[in-house]
Amino acid sequence: MTGKVVFRAEEVTKTYQTGAAPVRALRGVSLELYEGELVVLLGASGSGKSTLLNILGALDSPTSGRVTFREHELTGMDDDALTAFRRDHVGFVFQFYNLVPSLTARENVALVTEIARNPMRPEEALDRVGLGARLDHFPAELSGGEQQRVAIARAIAKRPEVLLCDEPTGALDSQTGVTVLEALYEVNRDLGTVTALITHNAAIRQMAHRVIRVADGRIVAIEENPAPLPPTGIVW
Amino acid sequence: MRALDRKLLRDLRRLWAQSLAIALVLGCGVMVLVLATATERSLTLTRDTYYDRARFAEVFATATRAPRSLLPEIARIPGVAQVEARVAMDVVLDMPGLARPAQARVLSLPEDGAPVLNRPTLRQGRMPTPGSTDDVAISENFGLANGLHPGDSFSAILNGQKRQLRVTGLMLSPEFIYLIGPGMLMPDDRHYGIIWMNEAPAAAAAGLTGAFDDVSLRLTRGASEPAVIAALDRLLAPYGGTGAHGRDRQVSDMFLRSEMDGLNAMALILPPIFLIVSAFLVNMVLSRLIGLERPIVGLLKAMGYSGREIAWHYLKLSIGIGVLGVLIGWIAGWWLGAGLTRLYTEFYRFPYLIYAPGSTSFAISGLMGMATVVLGALRAVRASARLHPAVAMSPPAPPLFRRGLLDRVAQMLRLRQTTMMILRSITRWPRRAAVTSLGVAAAISVLVACFFTFDSIAAVIDEAFTRTNRQNVTLQLTHDAPTSVIEAAAHLPGVMRVEGAYSLPVRLIHGPQSELTSVEARGADDMLTRVLDASGGAAPLPPEGIVLPESLAAKLDVRAGDSLRMALLVPPRETLEIRVSALMRQSLGETAHLSAPALFRLMRVAPQVNRLNLLVDTPALPALYAAVKDAPAIEGAQFWADIRQKFDETLNRNLTTSVTVYAILGILITVGVIYNAARIQLSERSYELASLRVLGFTRAEVGYVLVGELMLLTLLAIPPGLLGGYAFSALVAQGFTTDIVRIPLVISRRTYALAALIAVAAALAAALMVRRRLDRVSLATALKKRD
Ligand SMILES: Nc1ncnc2c1ncn2[C@@H]1O[C@H](COP(=O)(O)OP(=O)(O)OP(=O)(O)O)[C@@H](O)[C@H]1O
Ligand SMILES: [Mg+2]
Repeated sequence: MTGKVVFRAEEVTKTYQTGAAPVRALRGVSLELYEGELVVLLGASGSGKSTLLNILGALDSPTSGRVTFREHELTGMDDDALTAFRRDHVGFVFQFYNLVPSLTARENVALVTEIARNPMRPEEALDRVGLGARLDHFPAELSGGEQQRVAIARAIAKRPEVLLCDEPTGALDSQTGVTVLEALYEVNRDLGTVTALITHNAAIRQMAHRVIRVADGRIVAIEENPAPLPPTGIVW
Repeated sequence: MRALDRKLLRDLRRLWAQSLAIALVLGCGVMVLVLATATERSLTLTRDTYYDRARFAEVFATATRAPRSLLPEIARIPGVAQVEARVAMDVVLDMPGLARPAQARVLSLPEDGAPVLNRPTLRQGRMPTPGSTDDVAISENFGLANGLHPGDSFSAILNGQKRQLRVTGLMLSPEFIYLIGPGMLMPDDRHYGIIWMNEAPAAAAAGLTGAFDDVSLRLTRGASEPAVIAALDRLLAPYGGTGAHGRDRQVSDMFLRSEMDGLNAMALILPPIFLIVSAFLVNMVLSRLIGLERPIVGLLKAMGYSGREIAWHYLKLSIGIGVLGVLIGWIAGWWLGAGLTRLYTEFYRFPYLIYAPGSTSFAISGLMGMATVVLGALRAVRASARLHPAVAMSPPAPPLFRRGLLDRVAQMLRLRQTTMMILRSITRWPRRAAVTSLGVAAAISVLVACFFTFDSIAAVIDEAFTRTNRQNVTLQLTHDAPTSVIEAAAHLPGVMRVEGAYSLPVRLIHGPQSELTSVEARGADDMLTRVLDASGGAAPLPPEGIVLPESLAAKLDVRAGDSLRMALLVPPRETLEIRVSALMRQSLGETAHLSAPALFRLMRVAPQVNRLNLLVDTPALPALYAAVKDAPAIEGAQFWADIRQKFDETLNRNLTTSVTVYAILGILITVGVIYNAARIQLSERSYELASLRVLGFTRAEVGYVLVGELMLLTLLAIPPGLLGGYAFSALVAQGFTTDIVRIPLVISRRTYALAALIAVAAALAAALMVRRRLDRVSLATALKKRD
């Protein structure tokens, strides 16, 4: 890849102390994410994918190692600075759509646009994921796929530089999953948003520029994909 | 509007019933605070304004006969600003249309115009014409109650002579805002009033021409009241002074002050309970809400909302509840305060009423209300701010149930599984169970303390009317009389038994403490009037030594066996050393008791009486009334059955209202607690309960899990609630005890039962209200929902 480095993780480890024995979720991960790329993270359950993504997105802090976003070192920032970082630069999409049930689709997106610096209008963001007609529906009135697309609209509405998606299709059937991936693919293509996407579905790797394989808290392989396919061309 | 605020509004709307339940509890606390302080402030302001405008005196004294030439000397006492001397006497009246004789206090008006102190306010008509001998002005309510208007006449016995008096006007006086006849327990406008007449006829009737027997003083700023009193006592001693006193012993002012003390006590005692309960409720509801919205909190953080913003969001929810509660409390307090202040004018006679609730009571109660919800929310809100985004979004671990002692006990008892669910839920969430139970306990305590007031009144009545005063008529004599009048009185119509008593003013002194009171001397074998020992049983009067009411003993700091000095304020005006032989229980007044032989031995005079207690055959009472009206030797009479009837009437008039208001207070707390607990249970366990339905349990069986747990917690609340009620009643008794009435701490079993019953019924109603929702829960949605 030729683009500029957006994220750089150096020898990142994460150890959870909660249970009886400490759990070493990450055992020294070094990684770079470049401008405009879409990467897919693959790996067995419990291998540390979510942990890595959360640390990149400053939802969690590493036990040791360094994480930098462009020139800024995330490790060592205080809570306020991390909050500001998330607010200004990162969009998240989760497996369970995590919409606020008491807010409509438009209002769920507005939740983000209200605190962002240079947001789209909520309607535009929802249009982008093909939900321009469902603006005033509450989550309970939307299907799973639609809810997930609202979540994506919400994540992209602030025009983030980075989009971090943890199993966005995990709770969806394949056809619905494709429409969701479609939305992510287009955002990456049109807006150049760096996108990291965790999945258990190996087929999805076909839409990525790079595929990162995680096992047992380490990166075990990185594959380049010279010809990414749009999600519609993927079969699973 | 911001999306987050929109969520807030929808949350509030979704939680409206729960929020309202909390707001009502909070509102009660705020309401009581506003009501009590607003009323107290209005009364104080009205009283002070009135006292000031009417130049109400600060020191009062009576004598038997003091020459007017003494007045310049009194005026020269350092600290005295103004002096007003007058003639005062008590008379019996024969009112047209009244079977029972009425009584009045006659006060003289200066010949040269209106009094300078204790200025009466004319409400109708005019002052008596100067120089006229039959013109009188009368106290307004006495006139109104007896249909006497300017121009009407009535007859009175003045110093043995029956006289026809003409009413020129109706007046109010700062001295008689609360007008109560001697020995009465309640104002009785028909049978007791004030008569103002010109000085010359008044003095002539009282045999006090050129003299006075009543003097009032106003002091200069910064003057020492005790010093003035002491100087005045020295001056009046040769003329039968019976001890000067300040406003603290002025009857009307005493009653007013005790009312205000009661209001202050109410403001101190009642609101904290409501505030504490609402704080816990806010905590309970908010913790649950935030627990439910953990993923949303995590998500908001992931989006870049700061902990502060999220905390503020949830805090606003509790503030919404607080604002609602404070508004409810303010409005109710304002409205009830105006009503209560107006109600006071029924008992307290002011020429005008200033209802000025003042912004302070609103500000303070508002602040306290808001502080309550914020404090209640703080724990839960702080937890929300601290939630780690990554942790928040992972689903919470399923609740951990452990097998413990309880399970083994349950197994032994072969409890059903639904009962097990109830018990497990309590042991699993002990904090919430405790809050629920303690909330209901608080409600029971409030109920006990409220209904206790009826018990205490009943105890006072029982003490006054059946235990200590068993006579049905008491006659006050104009002059001390030899004991032979007892014989004479026995011949009055219908009299079955007569006992004489002698009462005299004294000052009791022990070390630095000194109290003005009266001593009553009675025969050793008297049966009509009795004293009670500390436990409330009738006790014989010891042959030697003085018997003091407990409250007076406490003020003088003496115990049984101690000695104190008793200054007689009537001839021979000596100060005697006397031993306290016993303490007694006495709720009304602070009269001390002494056996007659002992007293007269000390005074070195022949036994005499100035009061007769009679047991009269009821059918003969009208004949007795007639005899009393014409008897010049009688200055006043108390008819105990009438006093009692008046007392009961006044109490019963407001009984239903009071009981309802008290019950509502308790019900609001109970419903607020149980309803919220039930809603939380329902939202937390709808999955579990729906599963039971899927398994084939009936609605009733599933409802039992929900209602059963809440009722169990309610039943558990009864013992601590009753205990708390006792403690709370002790506080109330202490807070409402005054110089006039000591509130005995007696709580009837009925009060306990009623309090528990109301709480249980309210809890059941609240739980059933929520159970109905259970029927409406669709099984499909309940099973799909993740929370
Ligand atoms: N908060 C936590 N406390 C303790 N251990 C944790 C915590 N979060 C994750 N772990 C552990 O760290 C390891 C990595 O977890 P992680 O969630 O990153 O896995 P993952 O690759 O995302 O798995 P999956 O595909 O199942 O989502 C696991 O063993 C997990 O049990
Ligand atoms: Mg994961």
